[in-house]
Amino acid sequence: MLNRVVTGAHYGLRDWLVQRITAVVMVLFVLFVVGDLLLQPRVDYDVWTRLFSSNVMRSFALLFLLSLFYHAWIGVRDIVMDYINLASVRLLVHVVVIFALLMYSIWSVQILWGF
Amino acid sequence: MKFKIYRYNPDKDAAPYMQEYDLKFEAGDAMLLDALMMLREQDDSLGFRKSCREGVCGSDAMNINGRNGLACVTPLSSLKQPIEIRPLPGLPVIRDLIVDMSQFFKQYHSIKPYLVNNDPPPETERLQSPKDRAELDGLYECILCGCCTTSCPSFWWNPDKFVGPAGLLQAYRFIADTRDQATSERLDNLEDPYRLFRCHTIMNCADVCPKELNPTEAIGKIKDMMVKRIV
Repeated sequence: MLNRVVTGAHYGLRDWLVQRITAVVMVLFVLFVVGDLLLQPRVDYDVWTRLFSSNVMRSFALLFLLSLFYHAWIGVRDIVMDYINLASVRLLVHVVVIFALLMYSIWSVQILWGF
Repeated sequence: MKFKIYRYNPDKDAAPYMQEYDLKFEAGDAMLLDALMMLREQDDSLGFRKSCREGVCGSDAMNINGRNGLACVTPLSSLKQPIEIRPLPGLPVIRDLIVDMSQFFKQYHSIKPYLVNNDPPPETERLQSPKDRAELDGLYECILCGCCTTSCPSFWWNPDKFVGPAGLLQAYRFIADTRDQATSERLDNLEDPYRLFRCHTIMNCADVCPKELNPTEAIGKIKDMMVKRIV
């Protein structure tokens, strides 16, 4: 293959935007959970399970986790793009990270709706 | 006055080294470039670029006590001794403080740093309203010294793919110009994970710019325009 520098993939904006939106979702969720727990007189297993027993809260938590995974994907990809020079290795790492994050997403649903 | 200066002559030296100099000189309000000129009288093998000696040409950009700047506008009195001087980071060294700026200018050329306007040229100049002209303030003043781009880690890692703060500031300078007709092509050219989106807003560029410009802000405006274009 020719050893040329190639750019012009015509993506980047969407990921940059999604990274910002997912960050906002994560901040809102963390503020909500921390705020809710601070308002409780004590924090134990009962309080924690009651908080996560409603579908609204579970959905919010899932939204948070999916935001986290997408955010993590963009961040990890950025690091890989900077530090792994060989395109084939980069692709391999990308695939591994995507599969791992997909597995975490499925696992998150299991955890949130499985108790 | 004590100096530690990076020396490297690829014809003679196996590896770069730091050379110490002692200059008998009362700093007063003199600039670093004055001291370098005096050092060169002592040792004419010391290589560095300079031209206008007043912060306009951008030739004498170097790394001064760990910070990129122009030697001609850096007061000696502001520097802690020994004053450690190195070439701009991230670019190949030709000799001593002289670096090969080819990669920097290649990125600059890649953003088409000229007005694209297909209308027939008018009899006189293409006039702008004072308001439109004001949009170029903080952009056109760039002297392409390279202080910002060579202080940017994203440029260190991807000098061949990331345009760098100086190039992106200039890209926005032409996007912001009401006389330019290629806004959409310019945005297309930058819509790339490497060319524009290697910028992670760490703001080294705005911190070191000797003309006090803000490439980070210009990059943010390019991103804003791209968002505006898709939503």
